[in-house]
Amino acid sequence: MNLHLKVWRQKNKESKGKFVEYEAKEISPDTSFLEMLDVVNEELIKKGEEPIAFDHDCREGICGSCGMYINGRAHGPQTGAATCQLHMRSFKDGDSIVIEPWRAKAFPVIKDLVVDRSAFDRIMAAGGFISVNTGGAPDANAIPIPKVEQESAFDAAACIGCGACVAACKNASAILFVSAKVAHLARLPQGKPEREKRVMAMVAQMEDEGFGSCTNTEACSAECPKEIPMDVIATLRREYLVAGLKSSK
Amino acid sequence: MLNEVKSRSAGKLESKVPTGKLEEKWTNHKFKLKLVNPANKRKYNIIVIGTGLAGASAAASLAELGYNVKAFCFQDSARRAHSIAAQGGINAAKNYQNDGDSVFRLFYDTIKGGDYRSREANVYRLAELSVNIIDQCVAQGVPFAREYGGLLDNRSFGGAQVSRTFYARGQTGQQLLLGAYSALMRQVGLRKVEMFPRHEMLDVVVVDGKARGIIARNMITGEIESHSGDAVLLCTGGYGNAYFLSTNAKGSNVTAAWRAYKKGAFFANPCFTQIHPTCIPVTGHYQSKLTLMSESLRNDGRVWVPKKPDDKRKPDQIPEDERDYFLERKYPSFGNLVPRDVASRNAKEQVDSGKGVGERMNAVYLDFADAINRLGADNIKEKYGNLFDMYKRITDEDPYKVPMRIYPAVHYTMGGLWVDYNLMTTIPGLYALGECNFSDHGANRLGASALMQGLADGYFVIPYTLSGYLADLKRDKVDENHPAFKEAANAVNDSVKNLLSINGKKTVDELHRELGQVMWDNVGMARNEKGLKEAISKIKEIREDFWKNVKVLGENEELNQSLEKAGRVADFLELGELIARDALHRNESCGGHFREEYQTEENEAKRDDENFAYAAAWEFNGDNAEPEMHKEELVFENVQLTQRSYK
Repeated sequence: MNLHLKVWRQKNKESKGKFVEYEAKEISPDTSFLEMLDVVNEELIKKGEEPIAFDHDCREGICGSCGMYINGRAHGPQTGAATCQLHMRSFKDGDSIVIEPWRAKAFPVIKDLVVDRSAFDRIMAAGGFISVNTGGAPDANAIPIPKVEQESAFDAAACIGCGACVAACKNASAILFVSAKVAHLARLPQGKPEREKRVMAMVAQMEDEGFGSCTNTEACSAECPKEIPMDVIATLRREYLVAGLKSSK
Repeated sequence: MLNEVKSRSAGKLESKVPTGKLEEKWTNHKFKLKLVNPANKRKYNIIVIGTGLAGASAAASLAELGYNVKAFCFQDSARRAHSIAAQGGINAAKNYQNDGDSVFRLFYDTIKGGDYRSREANVYRLAELSVNIIDQCVAQGVPFAREYGGLLDNRSFGGAQVSRTFYARGQTGQQLLLGAYSALMRQVGLRKVEMFPRHEMLDVVVVDGKARGIIARNMITGEIESHSGDAVLLCTGGYGNAYFLSTNAKGSNVTAAWRAYKKGAFFANPCFTQIHPTCIPVTGHYQSKLTLMSESLRNDGRVWVPKKPDDKRKPDQIPEDERDYFLERKYPSFGNLVPRDVASRNAKEQVDSGKGVGERMNAVYLDFADAINRLGADNIKEKYGNLFDMYKRITDEDPYKVPMRIYPAVHYTMGGLWVDYNLMTTIPGLYALGECNFSDHGANRLGASALMQGLADGYFVIPYTLSGYLADLKRDKVDENHPAFKEAANAVNDSVKNLLSINGKKTVDELHRELGQVMWDNVGMARNEKGLKEAISKIKEIREDFWKNVKVLGENEELNQSLEKAGRVADFLELGELIARDALHRNESCGGHFREEYQTEENEAKRDDENFAYAAAWEFNGDNAEPEMHKEELVFENVQLTQRSYK
C-alpha cells in the first residue's frame, strides 16, 4: 500500500516546528506503524535528509516509550494499543496520515515526535511508592489479599506511563496517570499506611508541573493503550478528600 | 578506534568462592565481608548504569543504605528498561504449593538446566535469595496473582517439575520493574539518587587499575560528560541485538559492557546465547524485531506439526492421527515443558524437514484447543488474555480459534562480563549485575530465572559485597579533573566525530541487518566449524565496510538517533566476532550452544565435561590482536554431572 504522510518536524525545543510531507511507498499491511516509519527513515537517510526522530524501544506495547498523535488520536485509530502495536492493516491504500508529537505544556518537544515526559518521573518521586527498604519484609503470604482487591489494584497498575492520557485530554491533565498509581497502591493493604501523604504529594507535584485540570471528559481512559478504567479517578478523588479532611482536623 | 589495554589483570581468574558447605557459603561470606560505617556511607559515590531490575534494585538499595548514587539510563525514564517486557514470571523456592520444592531443588534445576556450565556457589545463593525477593516485591505492592483464599498463586515453567513461578498476569516483568522503579524514585525524591535519563555510557575510566568513573553522552545535548565514583555497577542487560532480530528492545545494546571489556574486563562465554522457542515468526524483510510469546503458554498449549512434509491443509483439517506432537512424543516426562534450548532445536528440526506451517512454512503450531475444551475459554483468557491479544494484533489471527504459529528467536544471553562471587569484574571496582554478567545460568537459562537473578543481584548481593570492597578502598581523591577522564573523554569525542564524518552509502540499520544475518545463519541454533570460520571472516568484512561506508547524518550536539545506533552497531560488529570465536573454540554442545559435530545418536547436545567444564573468559588484547582466553575451571561438589535428560 502507498500512504501520504504529514509529519511534525522540529529541530529542537527552541525552534519552531512545521509539518513536512512524505510518501511511504509499497508498504505491506503486516508492517507495524513504527516499521513503516523505519522504511521512510531509511529512504530519507539515503537521500541525505535527516530521519524523523521518535521514541520507541520494546515495540511490544509495554515500555511506554512510543507515543504519537496519529490522525488526531493518541496512538492512532486502534483502541487498547500503543503506537508500536498498530499495524498498517488499520489503514487503507492511499490514506493520508497526520503524525504529531504529544501536545502539552508539561511535555515540551525535544525533537520531531520526541517529547520530554520527565514530569511523570517527578510525580512518582513525590509519592508514587510504598516506603519499604530492602530487607525485613514479612513473608509474602503473611497478609492474604482477596483476589478481587488484587485484580482491581492490577487494573490500575497496568499503566505504562506513555502520556497518551495527557495528550488526549483537551486540558492536558495528568489525572489518569496519577490516579492509576494512587489507586494501585491504595487498593492494597501494603499501601494503606501512607495513603494520605501519597495522594497529597502526588497531586501537588502534578499541579506544579503545569498539567491542566480534569473536567471529566473521559478522553484519557478512552485513548489509554492499557484501558485504565475511569474508576481510578474516583478512587483518587476519595483518597484526596479523606486526606484533606484528616489534615484539616 | 584505537584502544590500548591500560590495566592488565594479573594471573588466573580468582572466583573468590568461599570455602565450606554449599548452604553455608553465603551466610559465612556475608559475615566475613567488611562493613562500611553508616556515617561513612554518605562519603562514597556509586555509579549505576542501567535501570532495569538489576540496576534499579541496586541503586535503590544502596541509596537506602546511605551511599550517594548516580543512576544512568539511555531511555527517557528509568521505568522503561527492557526488564519491563518480561512476561511469564519469577521463580522462587517458596514451596507454597507443597509439591516438593526447596532451595536445593531450585539450585539443582538451574544447574542442570544450564547444562552444568555455571558456578555452583552462585547458583545456590541465587536459589537461597529467591524467597526474599518475593517478600520484598509484595511489600512494595507488586500485584502478584492470587488464589481465592488470598494467598499467592504459582504456575509451572520449563525445566521444572514443580510449580514455583510467581506471576502477575502476563506482565510480571513490568510489575517487578515498576516496584523497583518506585523504590528508586523514592530515593530520587529523598535526593540520595541522582537520575540521568537519556544518557549513554560510552567508556569506563580506570585509574591505577581501579574503576573510578565513566564517560557518558547526554543524548539531548550531545555533551560528553565525566562522572567520577568509588565504584561502577554495570546493569546493562544482554547483547541479543547482535543478531539484529531478537526479542530485545530496539535500544538494548552491549556498548557499556563492551567498552569495559576493552578497558580490561574479561568477557565470559559469549557464545552462550538463548534462542527462545515461542516467538512470532518473521513475516517480511521490513521486520524490526521479534515478539516473544511467554513460555508460560506451554503450560496449556500443545506444540505440533503435520506428520507429512509440505502439508498445506489448514490446521483444523488435519486429523489428530496425522499430527505429530513432537515434544510430547520425544520427551514424555517433561512434554511441552522441556527447557528452551531443547524446545527450540526441536522446532528447527521440524521446520528444516519441511514440516513447517504457515504461509512461509517457517513455524510450528502451539495449540490451545484442548486446554480451551478442558478449562473453558474464560480460564485461558484470564491466564493469557494479554498474550492472546498481542498475538492477534500482530498476526491478525485469533488464537482462541486457530493455533498460534511460533518459531524460535534470539532472546537472552547467558554469557557476559566475567565476575567473581562478589559480582566484581576483572577490573577492581567495576561490577556487573543481572543479564550483563555470566555467572548464574550456564549454557541455558531456565524460564522465569532472569527476573530472579536481576533482583537477587541488585537487592540482596551487591549491598553486601560492595561494602567489602569500599571498606578497603584507600580514600584518595580522584575526581573528574584527573587526566584519565580527559583522555577517555577525548577518545569518545574522536570516535563520535569519526562516525559523523564517514558519510558513506549504507545506513546503520543496513549494516546491522547484514551482521544479524551472518549471526543467525552461522552462529544461531546450530553451529559448525566451517560456518563459524566463515562467520568470523564475514563479520570482519562487514566491520571494515562499516567504517568506510556508514552514513550517519546530523550533528553530535543534538538528539541524534542514527549516531546512537551507529556507536552500538560498531560494538556489535566487534562482539559478533568474539561470539563466533568462542563458539568455534568450544568443541562440545551444551545448552544453547549446539555444535553439529557434537551430538548424541538421538540428536541431543553432547557435552564434553573432561575438556570443557570451564567458563571461557576472553581478555582484550588490542584492536588488531587476537583476544586471549582464560579458563575458570568449574568445580562441581554437590551435583553429579549427567547427560541432561528430559525424557
